[in-house]
Amino acid sequence: MLKIKDLHASVEDKEILKGLNLEVNAGEIHAIMGPNGAGKSTLANIIAGKEEYEVTQGEILLEGEDIEELAAEERAHKGVFLSFQYPVVIPGVTVTNFMKTAINETRKAQGLEEMPAKDMLKKIREKSELLEIDRKFLSRSLNEGFSGGERKRNEIFQMAMMEPKLAILDETDSGLDIDALRIVANGVNKLKNSDNAVVVITHYQRLLEHIVPDFVHVLYDGKIVKSGTKELALELEEKGYDWIKEEINA
Amino acid sequence: MELKDKLVSSFLAFENTVDIDAPVHDIRSQAIKVFEEKGFPTKKEEAWKYTSLNTVLKHDYSIFPDEENALEFKDIKKYFIHDLDTYKIVFIDGKYSSHLSETTHDKIDVCLMSSALSHDKYKAVIDNYFNKIAKQDGLTSLNTAFSREGAYIYVPKNKLADKPIQIIHFSTGKESAQMLQPRNLIVVEENSHVQIIERHQSLTDNPVLTNSVTEIFVDKRAIVDYYKIQNDNEHASLIDNTYIEQQAQSVASVHTFAFGGNITRNNLNFYQKGEGIDSILNGITIIEGKQHVDHNTLVHHTEPNCESHQDYKGIFDEKATGVFNGKIIVNKEAQKTNAFQSNNNILLSDKATINSKPQLEIFADDVKCSHGCTIGQLDDNALFYMRSRGIGEKEARALLMYAFANNVLQSVKIPQLKSRINKLIANKLGVNLGFDL
Repeated sequence: MLKIKDLHASVEDKEILKGLNLEVNAGEIHAIMGPNGAGKSTLANIIAGKEEYEVTQGEILLEGEDIEELAAEERAHKGVFLSFQYPVVIPGVTVTNFMKTAINETRKAQGLEEMPAKDMLKKIREKSELLEIDRKFLSRSLNEGFSGGERKRNEIFQMAMMEPKLAILDETDSGLDIDALRIVANGVNKLKNSDNAVVVITHYQRLLEHIVPDFVHVLYDGKIVKSGTKELALELEEKGYDWIKEEINA
Repeated sequence: MELKDKLVSSFLAFENTVDIDAPVHDIRSQAIKVFEEKGFPTKKEEAWKYTSLNTVLKHDYSIFPDEENALEFKDIKKYFIHDLDTYKIVFIDGKYSSHLSETTHDKIDVCLMSSALSHDKYKAVIDNYFNKIAKQDGLTSLNTAFSREGAYIYVPKNKLADKPIQIIHFSTGKESAQMLQPRNLIVVEENSHVQIIERHQSLTDNPVLTNSVTEIFVDKRAIVDYYKIQNDNEHASLIDNTYIEQQAQSVASVHTFAFGGNITRNNLNFYQKGEGIDSILNGITIIEGKQHVDHNTLVHHTEPNCESHQDYKGIFDEKATGVFNGKIIVNKEAQKTNAFQSNNNILLSDKATINSKPQLEIFADDVKCSHGCTIGQLDDNALFYMRSRGIGEKEARALLMYAFANNVLQSVKIPQLKSRINKLIANKLGVNLGFDL
């Protein structure tokens, strides 16, 4: 699904990723953990195609295709989805209209007809129920006046609508209370199948109790320095990141 | 010959075409003197600091329309809000076009200024209202001097105009360059309500200069909604001078959609003359190329417990330039005034400019006045967010611009008009979003 080889990337001449390797197969859930400033969000944004980052070396392959030259929207059309750490407020555009536009633009790019209005409504109803989102919420301006938890839930609602092949969840757990966390995790688990993959970027282990990863990676100073199974997350929770730093620097 | 001299010397010829014994003619004669003395405004005047008429005034305009030029409705249908039943007052090269118009004298008068000026039936209204609130500046005086044709709308008390009224001015370009000076008078008496849509449209690449004056009187508890569609070609310039006088508890709104033209100057003046008045001034400006739009507004609060709301949004691309100059005066007596003004702008290019200037003159001590002005670019994070959802860059930019202008659009009360404005914006931005915001 996703193969990242020796990725170096910088922003404003500051190197943030320094030779990162990662392979995610269909049907897998990967967690990327690491201390602040390790480059976790940078990685998420680079995969999604944010332009302010410059890839100086390496490759990002999605199903074998190098996507590095593709615009953010083209990557979305190929099935990449980023759940934002800080979802943007867009006053004047309702959640429903935003999703209609996103889905139909994507279908257009894939050579498909626009989704019939009836199907769209049905899908919106279905997915909003999955995320336990109030219908009134859908006619509000995107993220305007939404609480932190509502924004994150709305991100996963969008993921459910877009049905991506590769979903990257960037700190989706931050700002969520335990009930919202459960709803969001349940949504992600329901969407998960053998044809898609999820990369969960998080600082803490608690989300991983609900979205159980197949693999856990530690990102430190722009590189994956340790990989393991879900037990690694528990170890990190218990011992913090200092022992990893010591291990690296030793 | 300079345009000013040409205009002044044409006044004699003009007098041969009108009834010089009518009381209105004394007003005209006075006005030509004022124009002769004041002339056209220059950049030396504070209110014209950022708008120069020099390039516009250099053309050799024909001042009087010659013959009546006919247009087929099918050729100009698109300039009307044609899916809406309306009264229509249509002018071609400054002359009334009866076959494109639909006027009435049933309960309300929707007709021509020329007939209102020449029939005794309208004398009382003309005597009471004509040229009573129009300023004595050079441009308005010039219009007054040559005032002869335009729209005349009279809604007596307790009447609801049964459908909106469209006032449309076409220039056909038969003349090499054409100057038009429409003069409108709109009187809406107590408890009455009227909606008006105004448009100026040039059908030619020859220069057109329109110097329009509209006086609107809104009596007690009356409601007037006025919509100006300014989507002309880059050879047509418009100076729109609108004066609105409101009596107690009336509500008047003016929406100005400035989407195109060479130089467009809107002088929009509200005079409040009673308590409990609401004045609403909304605008969306979207221009590019070398187009220039200047909104010059005045709201004068003279009595207590009144409100005014101004919301102007501007999007400027390429080398387009914009001006917003919003003046609010609150007299000492006008306690408990609520006056709001906001002017938000997006510059899409390094070469686009906006000059935004609020001017508040507040003499009362118990008032709420706020003003805010922003100038910025489209938010890169918001663009990335939308693009990461599969929305192409062009569409994402358009969606953001729509969203930016949306609250002004939402306040349009005529659905067909709102939908038309939506389409005009979509056309301008080169997108089809598949839904109306």
